Amino acid sequence: MEIKGKVFVFGNDVNTDEIIPARYLYTHNPQELAKYCMEDARPGFGKRDDIKGGIIVAGENFGCGSSREHAPISIKAAGISCVIAKSFARIFLRNCINIGLPIVEVKDTAIFKEGDIISIDFNKGIIINENTGKRLEFGSYPDFMKEIISHGGWINYAKNLIKGEKE
Amino acid sequence: MGMTLTEKILSDKYGREVKQGEYILLEVDIALANDITAPIAIEEFYKTRLSKVYNPDQIVLVPDHFVPNKDIRSAMQVKMIREFAKEQGIEKFFELGTMGIEHVLLPEQGIVKSGDVVVGADSHTCTYGALGAFSTGVGSTDIAGVYIMGKAWFKVPEVIDVYVEGKFGKYVSGKDFVLKLISTLGVSGANYKAMEFRGPGIKNISMDSRFTISNMAIEAGGKTGIFPVDEITQTYEEERGIIAEQLSADDDAYYIKQIELKLGDLEPQVAIPFLPSNSKDISEIEKRRVRIDQVVIGSCTNGRMEDLRAAASILKGKKIDKNVRCIIIPGSQQVYKEAVKEGLVDIFVDANCAVSTPTCGPCLGGHMGVLADGEVAISTTNRNFVGRMGHTGSKVYLSSPVVAAASGIKGYISSPENL
Repeated sequence: MEIKGKVFVFGNDVNTDEIIPARYLYTHNPQELAKYCMEDARPGFGKRDDIKGGIIVAGENFGCGSSREHAPISIKAAGISCVIAKSFARIFLRNCINIGLPIVEVKDTAIFKEGDIISIDFNKGIIINENTGKRLEFGSYPDFMKEIISHGGWINYAKNLIKGEKE
Repeated sequence: MGMTLTEKILSDKYGREVKQGEYILLEVDIALANDITAPIAIEEFYKTRLSKVYNPDQIVLVPDHFVPNKDIRSAMQVKMIREFAKEQGIEKFFELGTMGIEHVLLPEQGIVKSGDVVVGADSHTCTYGALGAFSTGVGSTDIAGVYIMGKAWFKVPEVIDVYVEGKFGKYVSGKDFVLKLISTLGVSGANYKAMEFRGPGIKNISMDSRFTISNMAIEAGGKTGIFPVDEITQTYEEERGIIAEQLSADDDAYYIKQIELKLGDLEPQVAIPFLPSNSKDISEIEKRRVRIDQVVIGSCTNGRMEDLRAAASILKGKKIDKNVRCIIIPGSQQVYKEAVKEGLVDIFVDANCAVSTPTCGPCLGGHMGVLADGEVAISTTNRNFVGRMGHTGSKVYLSSPVVAAASGIKGYISSPENL
């Protein structure tokens, strides 16, 4: 899989209250949640046209705080194609794996600037900054997570498993 | 090599010895969700076109975040949960009038027990570590997975050993302990890891303080925070008709990191905006004379009887400052009733506090105490992120019930020592 898109840079410890504030949690409709994606980190972000296909780049501990799956759902529904961070909070990470929002953990995010166009090759584990030509390698997911991803998410994995048990 | 508490609980449930770093698919005892997270799980379940959940007895549904329903759309979410519970024969659905804040309610009602494996679509599900359970916050899709097949996936975590000595001083409790611990570890210091509490000081930590400590393990990124099962746990479980076996980690268990905390050295802590890890000693904060507009005492962190008794001991015969609103929220119907019976509610009302039915409401800026631009609150809740309790221009300071109550009387963040 390859993804190419524009970079939007955020800081450290971006929490799920900032990604999707609780005042919008009266709904679980993805399209509605998308409008308020990253609202308290960058007001109006979710309503911008230029974020479609974009890539969020953040620092340490992205997605900390509440377990609300509304956070990765809003990012995915807003059209963001991938989140790159130095590290992800645990529940946010499993939510992304479960719902199929691509994420990449890298040691250094300094080579990415706001507005850069970058491409990510998931098979080779390489990110290329198209503006500067700089390259960055990243490790692959653990096998168990790869398995979930290859099923297209946790629900499909679970369905397959019970189907297998019945047969 | 011996085993950690985490490895012992997970191995027991899995049927063979599990090791740190291993991924396992495990049947859970309880899968919890609330009015915000359950609708996504239910919708995912319906998409599979399965007619029946794997096991209705595993499922617990507690509408508590926006309950009593704050608006039409929140009411629709609760309606969806209620209908799902009825259709699937889920008995552990807690309607208004029998409910409580989920993490106060489940241990209190004996739904979660020592040694259980619990997942909850709420980050503070780690609270039940206080009982010696392996319990952790997950997402709604994980919960849907339990509805489908009864199981969830786990990575057996590495463990941070928190070695505790001594005894709390006056006005110091579990909240001060955990705020200090989070400031020591940082907000991601325990990411992907479990914390386990150990040492001679454990016996000096009450059950309610243990719930407070385990509850905030997530604020250091922790997967869970587990106490051994000792006499204090056994007494608590006995009161609920549960027989709990004593359980502790092996002496030669492997820990990724060790932290020592002396209870006697702790001063009351206050976490300043905008991270729970920003805690400072009350003596330092008091000098800044931080004016407050609102006090909140309650939540899954500090909404139990010990917390309300502590707040009442400060508020008795006093009045809240005329520039401050004070909201007190018993964590469950039972806590509410006990607070009435012990005369605590009289003390609160006489002190000009508003006493509410159980709800998570103000903690997440949902309802029942949302802050305006520029307003400042001191709260016994668990997060002080930007805009957590309302407007992004508001601020939240986190503390224990005694510090919150004393601050309400003074009108600025204050130690209970100097009333």
